[in-house]
Amino acid sequence: MSTYLLSDGVAAEAGERPRGRDIFGWLRLTGPGIAAAAVWVAFGLACLHWEDRGDWSQTRSVGIAGFVIAALTLFGTLGADRLGKVGDGLRQRVPWLLALGAFVTLWEVATAKFAWLPLPFFPPPQAIIEVYTDDLPKLLDSVLASVKLQLGGYVIGALVGFVTGVSIGWSRSVGYWVHPVLRFIGPLPATAWLPIAFFTFPSSWSASTFLIALATGFPVTVLTWSGVASVSSAYYDVARTLGAKPSFLVLKVAIPAALPHVFVGLFMGLGASFAVLVIAEMIGVKAGLGWYLQWAQGWAAYANMYAALIVMSLLCSGAITLLFKVRDHLLVWQKGVVKW
Amino acid sequence: MVAQAIAEPITYPAVGAALDIERVSHAFDIDGVALPVLDEVSLKVEPGEFVALLGPSGCGKSTLLRLIAGLEQPRSGTLREDDIHIKGPHPSRVVVFQDPTLFPWRSVWNNVALGLEAQGILKSQRSRVDAALELVGLAAFRNAYPHQLSGGMAQRVALARALVNDPKVLILDEPLGKLDSLTRITMQAEIVALWQRKGFTTLLVTHDAEEALFLANRVIVLSDRPARIKADIVVNRPYPRHRGDPHLAGLRKQILGLLGLDATW
Repeated sequence: MSTYLLSDGVAAEAGERPRGRDIFGWLRLTGPGIAAAAVWVAFGLACLHWEDRGDWSQTRSVGIAGFVIAALTLFGTLGADRLGKVGDGLRQRVPWLLALGAFVTLWEVATAKFAWLPLPFFPPPQAIIEVYTDDLPKLLDSVLASVKLQLGGYVIGALVGFVTGVSIGWSRSVGYWVHPVLRFIGPLPATAWLPIAFFTFPSSWSASTFLIALATGFPVTVLTWSGVASVSSAYYDVARTLGAKPSFLVLKVAIPAALPHVFVGLFMGLGASFAVLVIAEMIGVKAGLGWYLQWAQGWAAYANMYAALIVMSLLCSGAITLLFKVRDHLLVWQKGVVKW
Repeated sequence: MVAQAIAEPITYPAVGAALDIERVSHAFDIDGVALPVLDEVSLKVEPGEFVALLGPSGCGKSTLLRLIAGLEQPRSGTLREDDIHIKGPHPSRVVVFQDPTLFPWRSVWNNVALGLEAQGILKSQRSRVDAALELVGLAAFRNAYPHQLSGGMAQRVALARALVNDPKVLILDEPLGKLDSLTRITMQAEIVALWQRKGFTTLLVTHDAEEALFLANRVIVLSDRPARIKADIVVNRPYPRHRGDPHLAGLRKQILGLLGLDATW
């Protein structure tokens, strides 16, 4: 009965849809895309029409890029049905494209064209693009140095924290000795060790690796520990009656059951280690994005600072996305996972 | 109907073990005070018997099962499986708990494989896992995760996880307690069928007199805490049994009387 009614309704919908509603529907679907294209055209015109209030080499290419984005948006919107997945993706992101276009246009006009914002401190978009084209080698070197330092420290800290956490959670005697140390040292911000670390370690690189590992290790240890400690004893009972040895209980029961907690620790550790990385680079290490920021400030190269900040935020966000991917892969069995 | 379906292919020999529980007492420490839960319980179970332990809630039935499983050691007394002293858990005595306690991070297949994996024999005996899943009718769900299963299905997986080890003693700790009444009735028949087919000794803790009488050869009625054996009732009726059987109804009245609940009859 209900099936009959349903198909009947669909047939009526397809057959005699009024013409006027059709145009409105089309406009609702493509309107935002057309508006976004218009905004990006406005950005291009703003770049090319008015004279710059400073000396920037990339104004023309940035303007042309605006027109290219506008053209891609327009054709993408009109041909979305034929583009399949790409078309759907574009349609979903069009509101953001519109907002971004409006923001860049405002930014361009307020800085390069009319200097409503004081100029050296608020560089226009083309100045930041100029950093990426002219200062690319130094920026890439910095990225590489930061990634190397961060990765080394984070991996060491995560591994040590994980092993320590499992040991405390599992063994009472390990807990007896390590727990007080952890309580005493753990809450200390890793950056407080900075002065000591820089003169006790043989190099600033090893000192920074230690600090990043420390910042990562504490939350990973505590959360792994609490994860292992909170595993229901019923799981151990089941495994023991099925013939499990202690090693099986640790590796195949305690650790997988604690893994959701471990990942919370890994996320917290990642956030904490970013902070330590940047500070260590600003103060001691003569490489990396933190150092680049510091250097740019010394030369009053504000565009370089914004450019480095954008790269830094892409890297940090990329690292977190990567960690989420790893977690989703390992914890497929969890339902209702947090989305990033 | 169930009996006819399983009566022909008796491919498995009777593998049940005898259990000998001798003057077992046990107590828990609660804030330094010893709380006695079992008081000189003695019980002999023949190989292949289906024994139901019936008693009021919190009387210590589950503690007795934990002692038989070897998960805990009694304060005094001895427990033997085929004349061998029970000193710890062993896969020949497997427990199915009230909660299925499936490992949520393992698929159904990997949950059932748990015992063989823990004993280090999974690689050569993978077909046993498939057979156990087949036995409980969940072969199609081998790749599902526990959160995707209904309560009855999860308990069936727990049953398969126990049976894959070919236990000599199957210990059921109120396994149907949390299921809806329809699933319960279906699974009661399934448990009888599995028991008849495999021949293991079965111990069932329950506080449902009707369930005990429908399933077991013998019903042991326990007293309030600390548990003592109040009555040992032989249920001499053929399977499949019928819930309306007047003989069972009579026994039920007797049991409820022993538990002080005859006023409800």
